[in-house]
Amino acid sequence: MGLLQVGASILTSLLIGVLTSAAVWTRFAQTARTYLLLAFSILAVYWFQPLIPLRSFDFWLPSLTLALVVLTWFITSSNGARSSSWRSSQNLIALLLIAGLPALIALSRYFLPEPIFTAAAPPRFVIFLSFVIALAIAVTLTVWLSRRFVWILSAVIVFLVVVLVILKTPALALQTSIFLRTLTNRSIETAASTDLRWLGFSYIAFRLIHVLRDKSRSPQVPLSGSERDQQAGRLPGLSLAEFATYVVFFPALAAGPIDRAERFAGDLRKDFVLTRDEALLAGQRIAIGLFKKFVVADTLALIALNDLLATQVRTAGWMWVIVYAYAFQIYFDFSGYTDIAIGIALLAGIKLPENFAAPYLKPNLTQFWNSWHITLTQWIRNYFFNPFNRWLRRFKSIPAWTMILAGQLATMLLIGLWHGVTPNFVLWGLWHGAGLFLHNRWSDFLRTRHPDWQQNQRLQSGLQIGGIVLTFHFVALGWVFFALSEPTRSWQVFLKLFGM
Amino acid sequence: MEPANPRIRLFPVLAKAILLFALFNFAFPFLKDLPLGKFSLYNSIFPGRERLPYGEVRESYSLSPFDIDAMFASHVIAGTEKGPDEYRVLLIGDSSVWGTLLRPEETLAGQLNANAVEACGKTVQAYNLGYPTLSLLKELMLLDHALQYQPDMVIWLTTLESFPNERQITSPLVANNAERVRGLIERYDLSADPHDPELVELSKWDQTFVGQRRAVADILRLQIYGALWAATGIDQVYPKDYVRAQIDLEPSDEFHGLTSEDLPSLRESLAFDVLEAGMSAPSVPTILINEPILISNGQNSELRYNFFYPRWAYDEYRQMLLERSAEHEWNYFDFWDLAPMTEFTNSGVHLTPQGEAILTDKVAEAIQTTCQ
Repeated sequence: MGLLQVGASILTSLLIGVLTSAAVWTRFAQTARTYLLLAFSILAVYWFQPLIPLRSFDFWLPSLTLALVVLTWFITSSNGARSSSWRSSQNLIALLLIAGLPALIALSRYFLPEPIFTAAAPPRFVIFLSFVIALAIAVTLTVWLSRRFVWILSAVIVFLVVVLVILKTPALALQTSIFLRTLTNRSIETAASTDLRWLGFSYIAFRLIHVLRDKSRSPQVPLSGSERDQQAGRLPGLSLAEFATYVVFFPALAAGPIDRAERFAGDLRKDFVLTRDEALLAGQRIAIGLFKKFVVADTLALIALNDLLATQVRTAGWMWVIVYAYAFQIYFDFSGYTDIAIGIALLAGIKLPENFAAPYLKPNLTQFWNSWHITLTQWIRNYFFNPFNRWLRRFKSIPAWTMILAGQLATMLLIGLWHGVTPNFVLWGLWHGAGLFLHNRWSDFLRTRHPDWQQNQRLQSGLQIGGIVLTFHFVALGWVFFALSEPTRSWQVFLKLFGM
Repeated sequence: MEPANPRIRLFPVLAKAILLFALFNFAFPFLKDLPLGKFSLYNSIFPGRERLPYGEVRESYSLSPFDIDAMFASHVIAGTEKGPDEYRVLLIGDSSVWGTLLRPEETLAGQLNANAVEACGKTVQAYNLGYPTLSLLKELMLLDHALQYQPDMVIWLTTLESFPNERQITSPLVANNAERVRGLIERYDLSADPHDPELVELSKWDQTFVGQRRAVADILRLQIYGALWAATGIDQVYPKDYVRAQIDLEPSDEFHGLTSEDLPSLRESLAFDVLEAGMSAPSVPTILINEPILISNGQNSELRYNFFYPRWAYDEYRQMLLERSAEHEWNYFDFWDLAPMTEFTNSGVHLTPQGEAILTDKVAEAIQTTCQ
């Protein structure tokens, strides 16, 4: 999101907040708020999508996002609740918005000299119409199948994962681009793996998978208390408007956080009045976020580690500066966006979850990962780490430490792959997996061999400070994998950092 | 939800913030007399640059601000105390002096310093004050500013393409320094139009902080790029491959709309008044050098020396330069055919490091001769 889009989002959210507050005495205030949020979110899906070199794909990718939302809602909402019937007036209005606004955008090519909500001119209306008809058939068929075959939910999850893998794997993304270019009679000479920049898909896919997974989960499988609350049948029946707003909520579209559907819907259903204090709090968050992102992070970005600098920096000292700059740049960039998203959402009465909690001040790697990209970590914990550990525990012969190592490595590997299927993201994941395992062993060692150390305040303070410094540097060195495109380049940076 | 801060009232805070910003915004034009550009992280936190900042892409770790104070403040000359053994030489010129595609140590200034040339019993310390874009007025403007740095000698390297009157103000650096340019026109009684439409006039709004945000951002970015200059020693992009200067030339003898039949018009169309002003400005020995050009032996080379110059115009220019030098008793050296064709890079005036080495030897001799 650029400054213009942030500004428009702030004004829209504020307007929705003020209108809802003014009409709070009516029965329809909260419903109207949901529709308004949905309408702007739909427009934002198109508006925020950057231009891509495949003709009309800046229109088709957002349309596919909405199609996936509608499809997922239809196959997850068939539990007989009133809100889940597509014939209810609420859902018909939502359906009308989801189909109507893109239709208006598609039609705009005939009456606007320049596109407003898409980066390039939208496709011809008749093509759009064909897409809607095809989608309607696909949804009907999938819903019909899903009522007969339980595995359809899992099949949609697999489909989302496959799309995610294609987008995140440079070689596959390139092949897909070549295929699409061939299909649309475009030159394949200029095809690149970055052609398919599908705005926010990583987050959208995870939100959809969360809903599909929670719906498909068998109630017979024993769950822990919190998991049971979160997953087993606790997913409320969401109306289409609530569900679609949750998935494509405009403040969180580009960079999260990854909220949970039931929590989000709870906020939507609450009576909301935008008070002065809330507006002030939201303003503070937005101002802090803007400063972090557009002043601090964008400035640090000028000197932060990248492939080119990795080969150009001459001394170890300056290499450390460049690595530190990257560490702070990525933090201020990401946490700045989160602050902006949280602030904008607050203006409309949605309390998005926090994503960062001073991660660079944490004394160990476990605490770092509990305070860095928190919603992603929780998602991975719920849907991968815990099930994976339960599965591992079936093998009684495996020693505990092996299970811990396997769990940590696999989880962090998955987080790495979520960022991109490249050797460097794999190494980054393994780096953190190994770090978490080592910390686990160290904690265990201290707890069992030196329980008295916990009573020594001075020692604890020393360990705390040393832990912060060590954790920060471990994380900063990990960014050397994350920031660069090739392991050999990362290795060169490590050699330079240590004067070799 | 907990109140953020019960004592803070939202609208007064907003109103005060807007009022303060508006005051600062409209007071900003009154700060223009403060030498804000002179505040620099260079020569203190970061080493000074070895040439003036010029860059068009982020990967050059440089940019092209128009604030001459800021440009010089980032240059090593602004932070170097002149030592008793230093013979300070300022090199003025275009991109060939600045060193397009050359690392700082490969430029004329870099090689003069590496060679530790002796002059008047001292060691020559050369400062690269060349700046890309071809305009004598741009060079006069930079020379005028640079004289405050106590030179012992000024060397001005130039070429015909910097001379046409129509080129003088089109350099963005000149166009965006209207007041300085007018000062020069008045002081040296130059024929250039002080109200030339190319000169960028700032409206009242353009002078406010909001209007000047790009200029302010440029100065701040220049400071940040200091870290990368210090870390890498890089201040321009060095592509692995580039298109070499044209050898096969167009069958045309045109030079800025003139042909060989317009020989008398050529004399009137060149800004010799600017050259004379520049040569008279320093109170120290000044050397004028006609810099090396590529002499092609390719297609149509009987008509043209290179992409820039038809033979008739360039020959006439050399003759004029010789006459003016004799008339004003300038220390003039004509090195036009010094470098072989193979020692040029992407333009008819950009030399390779080896080409610069040939030029360096000649310039060193010129310094020693002039000094005596």
